[in-house]
Amino acid sequence: MQVTLKVLRFDPAKDKKPRWETYQVEAEPWDRVLDLLHKVKWYQDGSLAFRRSCGHGICGSDAMLINGKNRLACKTLVRDLGNVITVEPIRGLPVEKDLIVDMEPFFAAYRAVKPYLINDEPPPQRERLQSPEERERFDQGTKCILCASCTTSCPVFWVNGTYIGPAAIVQAHRFIFDSRDRGKRERFQVLGSGGGVWRCRTAYNCTEACPRDIPVTQLIEEVKRAILMDRF
Amino acid sequence: MAHRHEVIVVGAGGAGLTAALYAAKEGADVAVVSKLYPTRSHTGAAQGGIGAALGNVEEDHWEWHMFDTVKGGDYLTDQDAAEVFAKEVIEAVIELEHMGLPFDRLPNGKIAQRRFGGHTKEWGKAPVHRAAHAADRTGHMILQTLYQQCVKHNITFYNEFHVTDVIIEDGVAKGLVALELATGELHLFEAKAIVIASGGFGRIYKVTSNAYTLTGDLQAILYRKGLPLEDMEFYQFHPTGLYPLGILLTEGARGEGGILRNALGERFMERYAPTIKDLAPRDLVSRAMYLEVREGRGCGPKKDHVLLDLTHLPPEVIEKKLPDITEFSRIYLGVDPLKEPVPVMPTAHYAMGGIPTTLWGQVIKDEKNTVVPGLYAAGEAACVSLHGANRLGTNSLGDLVVFGRRAGIHAARFARDADYHELTEEHLGESRERIERIKNSTGKEKVAALRAELQQSMMDNASVFRTGELLQKQVEILKELMDRYKRISIDDKGDAYNTELVEALELGYLLEVSEALVHSALNRTESRGAHAREDYPERDDENWLKHTLAYKVEDGKVCFRYKPVVLGRFEPKPRTY
Repeated sequence: MQVTLKVLRFDPAKDKKPRWETYQVEAEPWDRVLDLLHKVKWYQDGSLAFRRSCGHGICGSDAMLINGKNRLACKTLVRDLGNVITVEPIRGLPVEKDLIVDMEPFFAAYRAVKPYLINDEPPPQRERLQSPEERERFDQGTKCILCASCTTSCPVFWVNGTYIGPAAIVQAHRFIFDSRDRGKRERFQVLGSGGGVWRCRTAYNCTEACPRDIPVTQLIEEVKRAILMDRF
Repeated sequence: MAHRHEVIVVGAGGAGLTAALYAAKEGADVAVVSKLYPTRSHTGAAQGGIGAALGNVEEDHWEWHMFDTVKGGDYLTDQDAAEVFAKEVIEAVIELEHMGLPFDRLPNGKIAQRRFGGHTKEWGKAPVHRAAHAADRTGHMILQTLYQQCVKHNITFYNEFHVTDVIIEDGVAKGLVALELATGELHLFEAKAIVIASGGFGRIYKVTSNAYTLTGDLQAILYRKGLPLEDMEFYQFHPTGLYPLGILLTEGARGEGGILRNALGERFMERYAPTIKDLAPRDLVSRAMYLEVREGRGCGPKKDHVLLDLTHLPPEVIEKKLPDITEFSRIYLGVDPLKEPVPVMPTAHYAMGGIPTTLWGQVIKDEKNTVVPGLYAAGEAACVSLHGANRLGTNSLGDLVVFGRRAGIHAARFARDADYHELTEEHLGESRERIERIKNSTGKEKVAALRAELQQSMMDNASVFRTGELLQKQVEILKELMDRYKRISIDDKGDAYNTELVEALELGYLLEVSEALVHSALNRTESRGAHAREDYPERDDENWLKHTLAYKVEDGKVCFRYKPVVLGRFEPKPRTY
């Protein structure tokens, strides 16, 4: 089938503002959007810039705004989109070139929630014990691949860049609810502050955008409750 | 721009991050230079588990793990490496747990373990539960956990920097040159010690489980400089690549009870490995699949693949323990593994060969184990040689943490007593020239077309089954492709995020590692592990119980030296399962 692929492009060396380019690409229904971008880059216009690595939805490189929704280009098939496909960079982060955005603000928010196990007690000789139920409690957040689909679909993040965003909260949740972690309070200081969880207006965009099917909004609500419970 | 760090690690996958962490713990000033954001590294694609004789589910011993590794490697494994590995991987797994890795748990709270190909109890009697796992995203959790620790320890990262040169003068490693993707600027890195942990090169083949970015950059850079690559002829094809894409479906699927079937519905592995059947090592299973197809028992309209059957497993086992591969099958093929078998075929997966090192990750340059001071390598880029002629499933993740740690510690200690080497702008020269040549070229050859020819021809002539005739043909093809590579040109002449330039550089690296692989394969006139020569079907211990060191002389010309295999506890025996 013939697909019309419209890409929002921007070259800082040449363009004052982003511009649409349209490409005609021969595609199979089973092709990934990433395959289409490669066909353009490899056989039509080598200057098209985008990030990608694993090609099957686990490295988190290629989150893009595809037909108006945040998705991974390597996990979105042509058959689910039809023969006109639009691709834009994810929103709320500065565009560097074409579909590549500056990820630094995103990772700064990630670092702010102390995304690592905090526990100064001397560990036992063998593994710390954890029941399957305790392990299950924080399972959802462990699926996160830091692709930024959730954070860059959030209307609060678009208008207020100081909001740490859903992805950072998901990372915090992963540790707050881990029975081995002791760093809850340290994280609550960040999460309970002005740029933290209270900015969330439960728009559910994040949950819809997550390519790993993490119930992001629910996890944010659980963190909000945990902060409130901690105050009493 | 110039930078200076005592220890510089190239690559931010499992081996690189482990090396960086341990070098930092030794007190060194450490930086990681990576062509990707760390969490994009391909360690994250590893699924099934990390093998260690924890004995949490049933009796297990490091000696059994060592034996399985040596036998799995078809006795080309260096037994000192296998011993160090089988012992140290136990504490490495415990340490990962202490770092916060969310392993799945048993009812008693200990780390859960599953069965995996080639891992057995009592010296091959039956499969053993050895692979510690976190659903089917164990590699993802290892990568995330290690990166979390790096954030905690404030390790410096240079993300999206492509190394274009390793500076070695007077036999000593002195620094690196790297291209910053964002600006197109070349940076000079001075280091007292360098650890190369840049991963593999599956992209030499058309069908691969590897990321687009796995192009053997550092192997090729050292090989061009006259350093040897070890055992490059041994390249692993993972049996269960999602057909026809090649996306990995974990061996853990068979560990949980999955069965391979041909068009007749037969469990054909019963014929090839009567004792452990579908859990035989990967080289055996991949060959069996090729033979089934070749003999007309393949599935589908083209009879060109086989089926992985999980339909007899309880749905909750599939959904809980294998969620990611279930999703891959549903998304990319529209096949629900709960209801119907999944089409699979072998996919290029892992290089057993690579940059030769000592047990502490020191890069060596000859058969006498002469060390290149200041240069280290670990992980898939390296060859210690733990995996010999064929790696067992899960041993790659173990390799990353065990030998990543050793390389990091040794590099930091080496750096303590070493001085910086003064580097100048002149050291950027070679890289600048190569980049300018590509950017300014008006040649007619295109990167994508050349790469497609390389990948198809490597698949046809140098994959699971090999013959002297096909390998010789591939030698000639590579020569021609290398010649045409000199005439490539690119559209993008810009500086910022010039990913087309990057792909052009990467194609050059792919050609180099392909050359080392094909020449080594043509040279080795026996069959061992993943190297199956149809014209030399037997293993030949008398002549070939030795490691290949391949040295580049010029394009199309390679010479060889040989390094003895470190034997020990286990005498080479015929390899049956």
